[in-house]
Amino acid sequence: MKTTISMEMILLLAGLLFVLGIAGVIIRKNIIFMLLSIEVMLNASGLAFVAAGSHWGQPDGQVMFVFILAMAAAEVSVGLALILQIYHQHKSLDIDNLKEMKG
Amino acid sequence: MDIIFYITAFVTLVSTLMVITRHNPVHALLYLVISLLSLSVIFFLLGAPFAAMLEIIIYAGAIMVLFIFVIMLLNLGKETEIQEKEWLRPKVWIGPAILSVILFAELFYLISSPTTSYLIEQTVDAKTVAISLFRPYLIGVELAAMLLMAGVVGAAHIGQHKKTTLHRFLQEEETR
Repeated sequence: MKTTISMEMILLLAGLLFVLGIAGVIIRKNIIFMLLSIEVMLNASGLAFVAAGSHWGQPDGQVMFVFILAMAAAEVSVGLALILQIYHQHKSLDIDNLKEMKG
Repeated sequence: MDIIFYITAFVTLVSTLMVITRHNPVHALLYLVISLLSLSVIFFLLGAPFAAMLEIIIYAGAIMVLFIFVIMLLNLGKETEIQEKEWLRPKVWIGPAILSVILFAELFYLISSPTTSYLIEQTVDAKTVAISLFRPYLIGVELAAMLLMAGVVGAAHIGQHKKTTLHRFLQEEETR
């Protein structure tokens, strides 16, 4: 009963999730979806941390996960405030319409 | 026991794929909640119950509610009523429902199985994490507190409504 999943499979899952998050950031044109994809990427890195921590039996992985969680909360609050402000000023969330800086 | 992990990983990948391909933000949020729940099941399987609890409470509970608030704030008006009708069709919620039923079946199986069946021998419980968090990583906790404080202040500053103030030359041009 006590079989351990190989570390490679968990890291593969974390890598796939990260790739899905990057793909979401690249292919979506809506700012809300880009923020969601960033959340997915943060989750993937948190999974990698927790997997490594449990592999060695040390609490450091979960400590790092807690820090990632705090960082995600701060990032989401600021990001959503920015989204609200952008919507009030431009009446649109399409990043192609927000080319004020001509980037 | 491995099969539980693989099913959960499959659920996670499918729901994340649905997150980045949906057109409606609320549908994407629904799938993202499923993704977070299945990820917390994986954390449980890895012997990290504290991280799994935090994943559910903070991510699926607090951060997703923030997203839903903002989405609800953004599209007000008549379109919302039409959308509201469309949101209640079974086509919308049948996908997340199936995925969460899979997760629930796993939960039922894991609870009803007599042996404590963690995949990894030692579980790192909340007490160990707390001791590590408040002794060697204390400076990190304080930095995280400062980051959260900066986030709250920044969000309150950015989010307040301001009139669009133009430069005085531009204002003169407008009044002319």
